Amino acid sequence: MDSALIPKGVKRCPLWQFLLFIGAVGIVLLWGVYAMLLCWFKGLNQTNMNDYYGFALWIWADLAVIAVGGGAFFTGLLRYIFGKDALKNIINYAVLIGFICYSSALLILAIDIGQPLRGWFIFWHANVHSMLTEVAFCLSCYFVVLTIEYIPLILENRQIDKVPFFHHLGHNMHEVMAVFAATGAFLSFFHQGSLGGVAGVLYGRPFAFREGIFIWPWTFFLFTWSAAACGPCFTILVTKITEKVTRKKLVKDVAIELLAKISGWMILTYTIAKAYDTWHWFTVTAPSKGFTLMDFYSNNPLYGIWMLVAEIGICGLIPAVILITDKGRKNSMTLWIAVILAVIGVCLNRWVMVLQVMAVPVMTFDQWVLYIPSWQEVATTILPVAYGIILVAISYRYLPVFPNEPELNPIEPLDKEETAVEPSVELEQELKPAEA
Amino acid sequence: MFPFNFEWIWDMGHAVFMGGLWYALTILGIGMTYCIIKAAIDASKEDGEHHH
Repeated sequence: MDSALIPKGVKRCPLWQFLLFIGAVGIVLLWGVYAMLLCWFKGLNQTNMNDYYGFALWIWADLAVIAVGGGAFFTGLLRYIFGKDALKNIINYAVLIGFICYSSALLILAIDIGQPLRGWFIFWHANVHSMLTEVAFCLSCYFVVLTIEYIPLILENRQIDKVPFFHHLGHNMHEVMAVFAATGAFLSFFHQGSLGGVAGVLYGRPFAFREGIFIWPWTFFLFTWSAAACGPCFTILVTKITEKVTRKKLVKDVAIELLAKISGWMILTYTIAKAYDTWHWFTVTAPSKGFTLMDFYSNNPLYGIWMLVAEIGICGLIPAVILITDKGRKNSMTLWIAVILAVIGVCLNRWVMVLQVMAVPVMTFDQWVLYIPSWQEVATTILPVAYGIILVAISYRYLPVFPNEPELNPIEPLDKEETAVEPSVELEQELKPAEA
Repeated sequence: MFPFNFEWIWDMGHAVFMGGLWYALTILGIGMTYCIIKAAIDASKEDGEHHH
């Protein structure tokens, strides 16, 4: 029924199956939307945030999706500025994932501010002494960049591409994409950094406070570095998951391996820098404020010393060592382990820098306070995941997200109604059974 | 915020923050305007060639 919209040379599942899938995920989406409306209409009393936890699950989710969405800017930088042509086969998907991550981050912020109608205040009544203002500016602008990068992909839809204006628009946008990619890299560097900078300048919170260069604490650079390092791992992870779900090979190994290799070296250098930063913090910075290392860790399940070991050791060194070795990258199992650990690692880092910063007692009368999010917070955090799955499914079905797909999955012309393809002569000659 | 708003102060903070914002938006705006105008010209040329 929708066969005219499906890209040439690829096979997609029947429409009813697709709609059933969208409907099932849509129920989760609606649950999140319901919770979101509760927060907007009834207020932030729907959450379990309190005086200890002004930043809570949402801000962690926000920082986490921004970090893993860093794959878009870093892959774009490698592709358009450093000329890594092998990445042209994965750049579309990296952009799509980035678009989902950043739109999700903005959605979460819109819920978190409680009064979304006043969201524009940060642009008009800007506090120019706040790193969060810089984050809001760069985040919004970078979302515009991602939208600009995503538009040519939409314009490549079979039917839209038939309109001459849209065909030329997509072509022209591809031509100047390096300008947009460079702008995106510039914006990403600053907003990723400023998110780390927010924690690093909290001199009243010695767990987070760091020295640095000029106005930027070391956390500024570590956040940008970790996003550039682990973001591509998330792109690889989502690509691998998509390949599992569709039971197809969608991206050539050369692109995945190159991205994995660069990511591995980035993670290794980041982990060394992070380890040095941590060592300097607990031997110099924290003692100068009257604290010892164990003052920052507790025996409770959320904030034990195990988090430090997990973040730097298990989720830092292990993926780095796997990804920088040829064998590690080429082995499917170890590649899976590496990218999963790297993604967990960067999410753990954001958890520590948002939640643990709030939890560590700083006054003599303070105590460790645990925070359990309300169901509304959980639902609104799962909402972007459902939204992301739906957008990936729609984009995968109707847009040529993976340029290698027709080549890697040559198809057999079946019933005209079902196939929705016009295979080339070469493809017809080497027919192999297609997987749905 | 623009320099003609009552909240504006001519200091480094406003110049860097707001200047950076408008600089980025200007690049994106000019880039997109160029693409749209060029696409319209290209499409009209193509249309003209088809008529001939």
